[in-house]
Amino acid sequence: MANEQKMHEPFIRIANRDNISFAKKVCIRIASVVLALIIDAVFILFVTGLNPIDVYIQIFRGTFETSLRFAWAMRDMVALLCIGLALAPAFKMRFWNIGAEGQVLMGGLATALCMIYLGGNLPTPVLFIVMFLTSIAAGAIWGFIPAFFKANWNTNETLFTLMMNYVAIQLVAYSTNILRGQASSLGTINMATKAGWFPRIGGYDFTLNIIIVAILTVLMYIYLKYTKHGYEISVVGESENTARYAGIDVKKVTIRTMLISGAICGLCGFILVAGNKHTIATNTAGGNGFTAIIVAWLSKFNTFYMLLIAFLLIFLEKGAIQIASIYHLNDYIADIISGIILFCILGSEFFIRYKLIFKHSPNAQKEVRVND
Amino acid sequence: MFRKLTAIIMAMAMVFSVMAMLTSCSGENEDGIKIGVILIGDETEGYSKAHIDGIKAAANELGVSENNIVWKYKTLESSDCLDAATDLVGQGCTLIISNSYGHQTFMVQAAEQFPEITFAAMTGDFAALTGLDNFVNGFMGTYESRYVSGVVAGMKLKELLDNGTLTAETQPKSFDENGNVKIGYVGAFDYSEVVSGYTAFYLGVKSIVENVIMNVNYTESWFDIDKEAAAAEALIADGAVIICQHADSTGAPSATEKLLNNGTICYSVGYNIDMIDTAPNAALTSATNNWSVYYKKLISSVMNGEDMPADYSVGYANDGVKITPLGKSCAAGTAEKVAEVEAGIKNGTIKVFDTDTFTVSADQFTCTVTTDEAGHVTSCLVDTSFMDWSTMTPIYQGELVECIVDGAFAESTHRSAPYFSIRIDGIIEN
Repeated sequence: MANEQKMHEPFIRIANRDNISFAKKVCIRIASVVLALIIDAVFILFVTGLNPIDVYIQIFRGTFETSLRFAWAMRDMVALLCIGLALAPAFKMRFWNIGAEGQVLMGGLATALCMIYLGGNLPTPVLFIVMFLTSIAAGAIWGFIPAFFKANWNTNETLFTLMMNYVAIQLVAYSTNILRGQASSLGTINMATKAGWFPRIGGYDFTLNIIIVAILTVLMYIYLKYTKHGYEISVVGESENTARYAGIDVKKVTIRTMLISGAICGLCGFILVAGNKHTIATNTAGGNGFTAIIVAWLSKFNTFYMLLIAFLLIFLEKGAIQIASIYHLNDYIADIISGIILFCILGSEFFIRYKLIFKHSPNAQKEVRVND
Repeated sequence: MFRKLTAIIMAMAMVFSVMAMLTSCSGENEDGIKIGVILIGDETEGYSKAHIDGIKAAANELGVSENNIVWKYKTLESSDCLDAATDLVGQGCTLIISNSYGHQTFMVQAAEQFPEITFAAMTGDFAALTGLDNFVNGFMGTYESRYVSGVVAGMKLKELLDNGTLTAETQPKSFDENGNVKIGYVGAFDYSEVVSGYTAFYLGVKSIVENVIMNVNYTESWFDIDKEAAAAEALIADGAVIICQHADSTGAPSATEKLLNNGTICYSVGYNIDMIDTAPNAALTSATNNWSVYYKKLISSVMNGEDMPADYSVGYANDGVKITPLGKSCAAGTAEKVAEVEAGIKNGTIKVFDTDTFTVSADQFTCTVTTDEAGHVTSCLVDTSFMDWSTMTPIYQGELVECIVDGAFAESTHRSAPYFSIRIDGIIEN
């Protein structure tokens, strides 16, 4: 019996890891970073002829050179994290919300319109409340529409949410085209009055953004982990039939979760426009609506891991910009360098979930014996 | 055991490398000028390339090392520009330049924040109104070189008409019902900068061939190869014999070249860069700017602590503008005619916007125009205010200025950025 099994045994086998110790996880991750740095070093040396250590120093400087750069990294990280937080409940429910980009834009557009048309007319606290409410409403509506169709007619939510992005982009393009007047773009909204801009706290316009997202991170963690809603989401995500059997109203949960997902995206549009960009354009979300899917998925919906992954992505982005600028490289080379790092880190997840068993290793012998 | 050891070694390597990064973070700081440059594109795009070349040439002449220039490529006209400017301040730059019109509203925010640093928003139009002495605008008298490029196109058109190549029989769509010859213009946006440029080009053509009309197609983008090519193709399909452009890609010349090689009579006049490589048969010349003249003045005034005027524009008189070498399809005698016109512009005998050379029939926005019975402009009041168009309120209040001086429209004298926005007869905007 054992002989026969050996004949068919492939060179490498992939097996699930049941429980992996924390220390081992950390080791695998560190090893992946080291491997990425080595591959990158070879790439940098042979393709650009630069000293890899210098390049790494520059990547590091992209985020850490000045306190201002670090603050910007935080600002961009919270924007990405905020969308990740919005996507987490939807993805946990296995509802593929690819429409975050559009939901953010709708929230941003609502905020921008409030700033333009109500900026001079309302007292500041009232204006902020109106901006807040309209932006989350706009995002929630953009999340609600595909959820409603999915719940009632089982439409494909991936395509639906994706298409809703383009509708949102065109609505923003249409609005800015009217609002720009004779200028080439809308430009800064309320440049003279600063109505509807977040107040400057500690020297930065975007301090409130960071505070809001920090609070949201904790709330979302609690919501997903400790509330009845969170439990319902995970049951629906595991199996709709089980959920139905357990008496969960799948339709209601689907719509409710997407309302929340869209509303948080709308909130992200609000903080982007009021606390950072002070204008709206079709690229205001900047592709973060898609990047945030990586953030939500990789962290397995743990909001604190999301923070780490969002930081890593922003760190790499800032580093890529820095090396492109310092060494006059084109963006593509810089993107390849950060892409290799990202690839290795994503790849390490494989080795955390699975282990490789080689044909002649002592482990393989042990496995066979266990099988017998 | 072995695994633990490698893990420890790796961890130590990481810690050391991070420490090495931290300790080597102190930047080199020399005295003298450090220049930060914020560009809408990079060296692959004609307009930004012209700025890069101009800055490098000026820095080189003034003995500023290229290591003291920090470049920010592909910076959008958004808060990215403010980030870039602030970051350049953090890197120790004392002069920060941006090259696209839409950068200015972000540059002025940086200028308010850092009064000791000079900010130059090229092609911007409100520095003089802000009252900030560390914020300036600069422009080139591009309308002059556009006029000369129009003369080159006019010479070609005259040759085609005189030798019988272009007649109502050979290419009927190129003539309107009154027998006027059609030409075309690919414009980016309907701003003054573009209107000023196409009018100058049109008047240049008209100075050679009187019976000419021009269609203008807008692309709503400064750089879009496909849209510019499509706009040029549409104009040529409608009969345009010459295609000029005020957009930054090679889309229009390459489309014109293709159609010329397929037997249509059409030629191209470019902008910023020599288009002969793109369109060897179709390209006649390009209107271009020599930005180094402006940058030399700007950089040297910052180096010497002198005041830079809030508005500064250089034209033919200071070698700020020119046309690129003539293509092989240019008509005989073009070079001589160009030399004559350039000399005329330099000594003031030729005025690009001479009111005797054009008429206006409809009143146009942003300026109040008065005409005599023949339709020649006698007075034009331009409001120099910088507007917030979304709320229709002025951000910087300017004043109404009379622009007709000595029988010509005085372009780029009240401020460096163009403000000629009268729509004249013979030009149709689509």
